[in-house]
Amino acid sequence: MSIYFTKDHEWVKIKDGIAAVGISEHAAHELGDITFVELPQIGKTVKQFEVLGSIESVKAASDIFSPVSGKVTKVNEALDAAPEIVNESAEDAGWMAWLELADEAELGNLMNKEQYEEFLKTL
Amino acid sequence: MKDEQVHKTPLNEKHRALHALMAPFGGWDMPIQYEGIIAEHSWCRNKAALFDICHMGEFLFQGDIEADGLEGVFTFSVKTIPVGRSRYGFLLNEKAGIIDDLIVFRLAEDKAMIVVNAATAENDFAVIQNRVKAGSLKNITCSTGKLDLQGPLSREVLVSAFGPEIAAIPYFKFITMNILGCEAIVSRTGYTGELGYEIFLSAEKVSELWDRLLQDERVRPAGLGARDVLRLEVGYSLYGSDIDESTTPLDAGLEAFVNFDKTFVGKDALLRQKEQGTNRRKVAFKVAGRRSPRHDYEICFEGAGAGKVTSGVFSPMLGCGIGIGFVKPELAAIGSPLTIRQERISMEATVCELPFYRGGSLRS
Repeated sequence: MSIYFTKDHEWVKIKDGIAAVGISEHAAHELGDITFVELPQIGKTVKQFEVLGSIESVKAASDIFSPVSGKVTKVNEALDAAPEIVNESAEDAGWMAWLELADEAELGNLMNKEQYEEFLKTL
Repeated sequence: MKDEQVHKTPLNEKHRALHALMAPFGGWDMPIQYEGIIAEHSWCRNKAALFDICHMGEFLFQGDIEADGLEGVFTFSVKTIPVGRSRYGFLLNEKAGIIDDLIVFRLAEDKAMIVVNAATAENDFAVIQNRVKAGSLKNITCSTGKLDLQGPLSREVLVSAFGPEIAAIPYFKFITMNILGCEAIVSRTGYTGELGYEIFLSAEKVSELWDRLLQDERVRPAGLGARDVLRLEVGYSLYGSDIDESTTPLDAGLEAFVNFDKTFVGKDALLRQKEQGTNRRKVAFKVAGRRSPRHDYEICFEGAGAGKVTSGVFSPMLGCGIGIGFVKPELAAIGSPLTIRQERISMEATVCELPFYRGGSLRS
């Protein structure tokens, strides 16, 4: 399954028209110990790069921007009680929400894994 | 600081070798975290955490405490501190604003060590020197190393490393002893709410002491990130965030560290404020949930702005956000409902008593 990234360090993976969304391992590492994840409401519709939720660590509070447009169908409720899952597995068990993908063409506005890794080197 | 240069403690290379995240603090390049703030916090609450605190300022006063004027410098009496004990309090300006919070160690009848915050050290020294009439005041910050070993196992660790006399030191008392061939001060004080010690010794020996203590598997290094969470859980003020020259000890609810039976700079202003009342009050609050209040977030009551957060963190011990800030006195009652806001962020909170966390080994 391909993974795409934003410049704000969110990722998205697409399968059967469903987009799973989270923050990158790089972002989780930079934030440090994650203490709170604000998940979106199920049913909420977001546009690409709009605020989807937020994340807090011991160091900082940051918004999470949606990598794609769509309607939220599921959220990772395990993060309510155990936000540290994002530190342990940012790009897998630490997913935040599933969205019904509105427009596959938007993936062209994102970076693939190799491009994201190159982008990280420029920071 | 007038001097823009960032100072390095003697342990700077050691922190970098441990891959610590470094950041400037009070004019010094300091370790913020090693393995992670929450892991280090937990190690301190359960085992023994080692902190590099060489950035703090130390001044040595020698002279007649009363006749030479040191007695009138702080909000507490220095001459009544017995030799071998220390006392916490404030250096105030004429308006009773807090120039710094500090601890004085009574080393001998005619000798006291003043331990101050890093960012304020240079100015503190000038103020104190200006207030004492005679005697000698020396800034020994650069030649003095300071390590804090804090946590419930800190006593056992130090006893096994340096001998049983350490076991008998009561809270806010210290001893002078030989450590690694040089004279050191071992003081039962700290900033974490746990049983712990502050060790002062020659800056040249501090690396050796650091290595020696880290050889013990019960000890791990902890950075200023964990230290901030630890101190806030027990409600200790951080100079520059919670208290500063615009804050008096009465605003900050720290009257316990002011002795009105003696003279000190700022006393008249403080007495006037005591009579007229304060127009703001420090409050502690717990958040309903895991969001963290942070410095400068707005405190609201019934929809209107009521003050500012001065310190806030997620408390691992309480499992919720905690903070302190200043509000109008009428909102400071325990149980008052507050809302903490910053742009899109909003959290409900309730005024509570300090300390937030009472389970520490401090007095064990």
